[in-house]
Amino acid sequence: MKAASDFAQRHRLRWWEALPWLAGIGAFFVFPNYLAFGTQVLITILFALSLDLVLGYAGIVTLGHAAFFGAGAYTVGMLAAHAGWTEPLSGLLAAAVVAGAIGLVSGFVLLRTHGLTLLMLTLCTMTLLEQAANMGAAWTGGFDGMPGLSFQKILGVFGFDTLYFRTQYLYVLALLFAAFVLVRTLIFSSFGQSLTGIRENLLRMHAVGAPVRSRLIVAYAISAALAGLAGGLFTQATGYVNLAVLGLERAAGVMIILILGGYGRLYGAFVGAVAYMLLEHVLAKAYPTAWQLGLGITLITVALFARNGVIGIFDSLRRRLAGKTRGSAL
Amino acid sequence: MLETRGLCKSFGALEVARDVNFRLERGARHALIGPNGAGKTTFVNLLTGVLPPSRGSVLLEGEDVTALAQARRVKRGIARTFQINQLFRGLSVFENVAIAVSERLGTGGAMWRAVGRRADVIEETMRLVRMLRLDVDAGRRVAELPYGRQRLVEIAIALGLNPRVLLLDEPAAGIPSTESHILLDAIATLPKDIAVLIIEHDMDLVFRFADRITVLVSGAILAEGTPAEIAANPEVRTVYLGSALDG
Repeated sequence: MKAASDFAQRHRLRWWEALPWLAGIGAFFVFPNYLAFGTQVLITILFALSLDLVLGYAGIVTLGHAAFFGAGAYTVGMLAAHAGWTEPLSGLLAAAVVAGAIGLVSGFVLLRTHGLTLLMLTLCTMTLLEQAANMGAAWTGGFDGMPGLSFQKILGVFGFDTLYFRTQYLYVLALLFAAFVLVRTLIFSSFGQSLTGIRENLLRMHAVGAPVRSRLIVAYAISAALAGLAGGLFTQATGYVNLAVLGLERAAGVMIILILGGYGRLYGAFVGAVAYMLLEHVLAKAYPTAWQLGLGITLITVALFARNGVIGIFDSLRRRLAGKTRGSAL
Repeated sequence: MLETRGLCKSFGALEVARDVNFRLERGARHALIGPNGAGKTTFVNLLTGVLPPSRGSVLLEGEDVTALAQARRVKRGIARTFQINQLFRGLSVFENVAIAVSERLGTGGAMWRAVGRRADVIEETMRLVRMLRLDVDAGRRVAELPYGRQRLVEIAIALGLNPRVLLLDEPAAGIPSTESHILLDAIATLPKDIAVLIIEHDMDLVFRFADRITVLVSGAILAEGTPAEIAANPEVRTVYLGSALDG
């Protein structure tokens, strides 16, 4: 049965899955002067990937995912500024654990709700954290944040490169790869399949005996930990953290990136982040006063004509070509 | 096997289940019939835990399961199909059934092993897909199938849960008459100790399938008996069957 063999093989790696990583490594050599920008793109991909796990696969509609990005960013920042904990890898671990714990606790409460209620509650959670960071100035630096943070060498060997971002770029690329392997494993596992089932039909998932809420909470916590990892990387790579890491702009931006790339598609985060940030970069250079107009028009066009994002366009082209090939073979 | 005692359900002043005392024996082929609005689907929702009762209890093999959530009741062997298809419309037929099979085998929460590597899930899914003669459509998205074919996917999912009690809510609705025998064949292959309760308006199917029939009217049991007894019951003829059996 072809459907059975497709099902048995769908987790296998395809040749083109090497392309994003080759492009990532290639960019290191081809664009040595743009590695600071490249580092930001990679961090955004990781953040978008974390959102895809909950929004794209589990169908959890959230507008507050920056809460976890910010929690990770501030954890690394506060540990470095107040505890002298500047070892990078353990700092990231702490960021992921703190963000994951916030995800677990908030998910336990929030994921009793659905739809607009859930959307508003996620937004409120993020705003609460943002205000907490603003008010706890003694610990967080308040509105000014914490600038001028420095960190130890990675593994005691690779020092952070504040001028060209060479170390940061490769460091973030390596951690993005590790996070991607984790997300890909989850997506193709039975757990990932059940998340897709929850997104597709909640009622039916209850009726097949799935513990829906606990699955959602676990997915939410894992996603939060990954977002926290992205936030921690942001602080380490840039050496500062401020309230912008927790803001609505960041939360909405990552959602737009995912919609642009294609949500629930694993590589949508990659395509969306690169397309969005390149577009933003190029338009801001070309039209410093009106670049957001161009960005807005592009997003409206995608929303109207490519509902499944840029990856969706490739998918439908591939299906058409496959259809034509089958047709001619017959 | 499955029993209700004094089961009541009200929505405000509206009573949709009234003191229902019902027994579904092991291996029964039982039909629940009644006019539209009699409370049949509500009764199934009460049995499966979708709705909590206002009063009364549900017992599975003598054990009170009234307080158990739906998912826990499924784990104890109560599976159902829905009157209106409840499927994973964006997924293939094979994936739809595989989700149910994974949950039944207890692997639904496994994170580290690809579901495509689980030979037990794939083999069982293939068996069910073939049993319901869905092989040709196995790779197609459910949303692309005709409604009648989707009904068969509903049944494949329920059977994938390997139930001890199977509740079929109008399983033949929407299935072309030329394909309804697939449904009956699938039910005929079930182990004899599985209790099956079918809610159905198609009287031909009910009388071919059931060895016992319960008639529900306005949330209360009007009559219960063998098909012959029900067909001969003047109250049932008056209230529900009308002239359908006269012809």
